[in-house]
Amino acid sequence: MAAGKEIRTKISSIQSTQKITSAMEMVAASKMRRAQDRMELGKPYARRIRDVVGHIANAVPEYRHAYMQQRDVKRVGYIIVSTDRGLCGGLNINLFKAAIAGMRPQNEAGIEVDLCLIGAKSLAFFKSVGGNVVASVKDVGEEPTVDQLIGGVKQMLDAYVQGRIDTLYLVSNEFVNTMTQSPQVEQLLPLKPSEDAGLSHHWDYVYEPDARELLDALLVRYVESLVYQAVVENGACEQAARMVAMKSASDNAGDLIDELQLVYNKARQAAITQELAEIVSGAAAIG
Amino acid sequence: MAMTIHCDIVSAEAQIYSGLVELLVATGSEGELGVCYGHAPLLTALVPGPVRLVEQGGAEQVFYASGGFLEVQRDVVTILADTALRAADVDEAAAEESRKAAEDALANQSGELDYGRASAQLAEAAAQLATLRKMKARAGRG
Repeated sequence: MAAGKEIRTKISSIQSTQKITSAMEMVAASKMRRAQDRMELGKPYARRIRDVVGHIANAVPEYRHAYMQQRDVKRVGYIIVSTDRGLCGGLNINLFKAAIAGMRPQNEAGIEVDLCLIGAKSLAFFKSVGGNVVASVKDVGEEPTVDQLIGGVKQMLDAYVQGRIDTLYLVSNEFVNTMTQSPQVEQLLPLKPSEDAGLSHHWDYVYEPDARELLDALLVRYVESLVYQAVVENGACEQAARMVAMKSASDNAGDLIDELQLVYNKARQAAITQELAEIVSGAAAIG
Repeated sequence: MAMTIHCDIVSAEAQIYSGLVELLVATGSEGELGVCYGHAPLLTALVPGPVRLVEQGGAEQVFYASGGFLEVQRDVVTILADTALRAADVDEAAAEESRKAAEDALANQSGELDYGRASAQLAEAAAQLATLRKMKARAGRG
């Protein structure tokens, strides 16, 4: 029964792994709900500020802010939003693949890339792959706040204003549903002009102090809010992906246990049969 | 019944208030301003300070906004707050502490000190205290 004992040990070790993964699954499920709520809470602000930026941009056409000017692209910036922790399936890897795919045409054209990395995983990845990392933010936690991100975003916005980069992209996961998260590469700067707003609006705001100053400050907030929203959404993606990954790990552990149990039972039966045969043949030899 | 206007107070992290108000008083960059129904479309920056609402029916609420933007449209007024907390939640002791810390930081300006940041912290803490004092005075009256 030496083989039987080995199998039993293996089964019990898989069982304890299964306990851990199913606990992680449940934790991720409850965290996902909260992360989704947080994602919804941020939406009114994002919508409002987009409306306001649209209004001003259409109302003051003679003033083109630097964020709205298209320039020749010599160097680009990427803000990459990843998770701080692993065990969430292919979430981060798919995101990095999308980012690298986005950078490839620029690399081929000899355009250099600056990176602003949010999340410890992206830092680890680009440390090994190589890349010009100019800013990084990690340990944003499950309840990210805007102040945690301001530094990193400002770094990139300053680089844009000073002409060190000519286009700024945001790479993050979009939360489609619990099963699906899709990596997105989105252009943040220069801002794409909005066509829909302004046609039916012939009114204008009263500006205090004046439109330019407001626009300058608002656009920074606007970009920050987009990045914040991306981080929050990525948080929801992380929990969803972890939940799914842990569920499939628990299922796999269950399958393994079933198989091993079968092998164990067979081994046990074979041992009993063999013992019986030995006894019977021993008795026959004596008699 | 007084005419009301819809009011939304949102920050990047949460929706803080949504409802009908008779009057909204906020601290704009050019001074305090009140918004009632029929106000002209307006866009202004807010400095740290209290935002007072008179809700439909006359109940008052005070929020604290540490900067942001105020947008007035024909039938809706929106505050895009940087961080807005319910004023009652603002911890007076913490506000005092951060003001002290900022003052200390201003007092000994070593090479690496970020002067602009410290003075912004000071202004914010002072505004938080002003909000709390106002709320206390109101509570004392009522």
